[in-house]
Amino acid sequence: MPVVKAKPKPKPEVVPGVRHPSEKYLRTDRLPHIWCSGCGLGIALSSFLYALEELEIDPDSVAVVSGIGCAGRFAGYVRLDSYHTTHGRAIPFATGLKLAKPDLKVVVFSGDGDLFAIGGNHFIHAARRNIDITVLCVNNFNYGMTGGQVGPTTPVGGRTTTTPYGNFEHPFNLVYLAASAGATYVARWTTLHARRLKESIKEALQHPGFNFIEIISPCPTNFGRRNRLGDALDEMRYYAEKAVIRHGADPAEAEVIVGKEFIVGKFVDIRKPTYLELYHKKVEELFGP
Amino acid sequence: MNGDEAIAEGAIAAGCTFFAAYPITPQSELAERMARRLPQVGGVFIQMEDELGAMAAVVGAAWGGAKAMTATSGPGFSLMVENIGLAVMTETPCVVANVQRGAPSTGLPTLVGQGDMMQARWGSHGHYEIIALSPWSPQEAFDLTVKAFALSERFRTPVLLMTDEVVGHMYERVEIPEEVPVAPRKKPKVAPEEFLPFEPDEDLVPPMACAGEGYRIHVTGLTHDEHGYPVMDAEAHDRLVRRLCEKILRFRDEFTWWEEVMTEDAEVLVISYGISARVALGGVELARKKGIKAGLLRLITIWPFPDEVLRKLSEQVRGTVVVEINLGQIYREVERATGGRVPMRGVFHAGGRIHTPEEVLAGIEEVLKCRS
Repeated sequence: MPVVKAKPKPKPEVVPGVRHPSEKYLRTDRLPHIWCSGCGLGIALSSFLYALEELEIDPDSVAVVSGIGCAGRFAGYVRLDSYHTTHGRAIPFATGLKLAKPDLKVVVFSGDGDLFAIGGNHFIHAARRNIDITVLCVNNFNYGMTGGQVGPTTPVGGRTTTTPYGNFEHPFNLVYLAASAGATYVARWTTLHARRLKESIKEALQHPGFNFIEIISPCPTNFGRRNRLGDALDEMRYYAEKAVIRHGADPAEAEVIVGKEFIVGKFVDIRKPTYLELYHKKVEELFGP
Repeated sequence: MNGDEAIAEGAIAAGCTFFAAYPITPQSELAERMARRLPQVGGVFIQMEDELGAMAAVVGAAWGGAKAMTATSGPGFSLMVENIGLAVMTETPCVVANVQRGAPSTGLPTLVGQGDMMQARWGSHGHYEIIALSPWSPQEAFDLTVKAFALSERFRTPVLLMTDEVVGHMYERVEIPEEVPVAPRKKPKVAPEEFLPFEPDEDLVPPMACAGEGYRIHVTGLTHDEHGYPVMDAEAHDRLVRRLCEKILRFRDEFTWWEEVMTEDAEVLVISYGISARVALGGVELARKKGIKAGLLRLITIWPFPDEVLRKLSEQVRGTVVVEINLGQIYREVERATGGRVPMRGVFHAGGRIHTPEEVLAGIEEVLKCRS
């Protein structure tokens, strides 16, 4: 038997003298990243980095917390205080971090399975408490890292490795869930809407309270391939055809159903006291300023 | 105050400013005391949605610079072990109190147990070392809580306080010293661009740069190198796991604490910990009244197990008796540490009540009948 050698990883092309435009916020020594070609995580990451840059946010004043999965690797690429935690626990970790260090802007970046299956309970309670953090969820409709299993957002009929005959479970409508649980800023974009996504992240970063942005993303390697959605560009075309921008829409009507139009935009933008504001108010009432 | 409250006061004295927990009997008095006390001292108390979240929040708060703690009992401890593993791997200082009750499962929520001792040792997946202390009185609960915080900072590791329902609910006088030294966190001595966040000093413990301090480090539960970057490599993994164990084992003499009562001439060594040690002492006294040379070894540091102490003491005795409220968890450790050189007896109970001194005496008399 001939020995089959694994293909060597292509070395990143380094052009002398050329710096990465986002190196202020990016761990360029960690590139290339592990994400598949066509994955939307890169667009989500760059939208976040551009948002930081345009807001001129001091890199020492922001921390990123991720859970486990493809999106969980996000924390590893930002040149910030960044924490890659356990599966589902990014939000409670971020809660502790924020409460211990209130000046810090804390951003949770993770996937749909991490945040809404194993971590679902933490999500609704952090939203209810109005913990002042921003949660960015890349929704690729399946568990990409483990090979493409069904998740809490997999649409009905979706084929995954654990729904070989098609998914029959009811999926979550994430923006409806977030709004119902008390999130004070709720938006949804796809990776096609990179500029709008960046603007939305900027708004969320400046908005006190529990902020949630769903980022619908292609997963050509797993979900896209099994559901014959074509390559990443075909998925982007799909978003261009089916995504309807409607700000202020009722989140209850924002279900994502295969083959049908779906709503993107900003659903909720309200202000109510955050957990820490209420806590400090209580302490002040009791013990004085 | 009771043992639960003494732990809360110990935490406040040690400089704890963050406490996250979920309600569970018989830990309630501890969390309730923290809810009252922390706002008074500028700290934060938060009741989380479950123990998974409580432990994760504690790890997060520690990276936010706080001295952080949680408390629970068996069922909650089962949920916490996942993130105790995260704290081990990310070298996060924190303190976890387990007020043990009858188990498995929901077991006996209001009644005593000591059945989580092995879970404390091995509860999270993978091979690791952990520090666990066990108090036998409210005063010692206070004192050991202060020490637990100091050890967690010294070794950058979670420290477990393995107490039980009876010590937790027992009211005794607790003296709180006027001044309690607050253990410092080991901070980087070099500039951010030169700092390798997981490169250990000579004591095998790396300095800790918390969030917002300008170091911008990456922290992961994945196997990582000195940069804190993930490395999927067997050698890097072996090096990391060995260091995490070695940083505790090499310096175990710093915190191996025990108490001996009447062991100088003892022919039978009774070994116990926590509330069971108080009863065991009663048994030893009964034996002495009958002319039996019995002595008590009370373990204060449970993990890493004090092998040397056991080995030395067992050389001079004709038998050992282990008293605990489980069916022989620490018994096996004693057997291992003493190499089975002397006859052993276990005085066990599965949980729900403490032993009687008479039961301990019976164990002592029985072991003496064994031929050595």
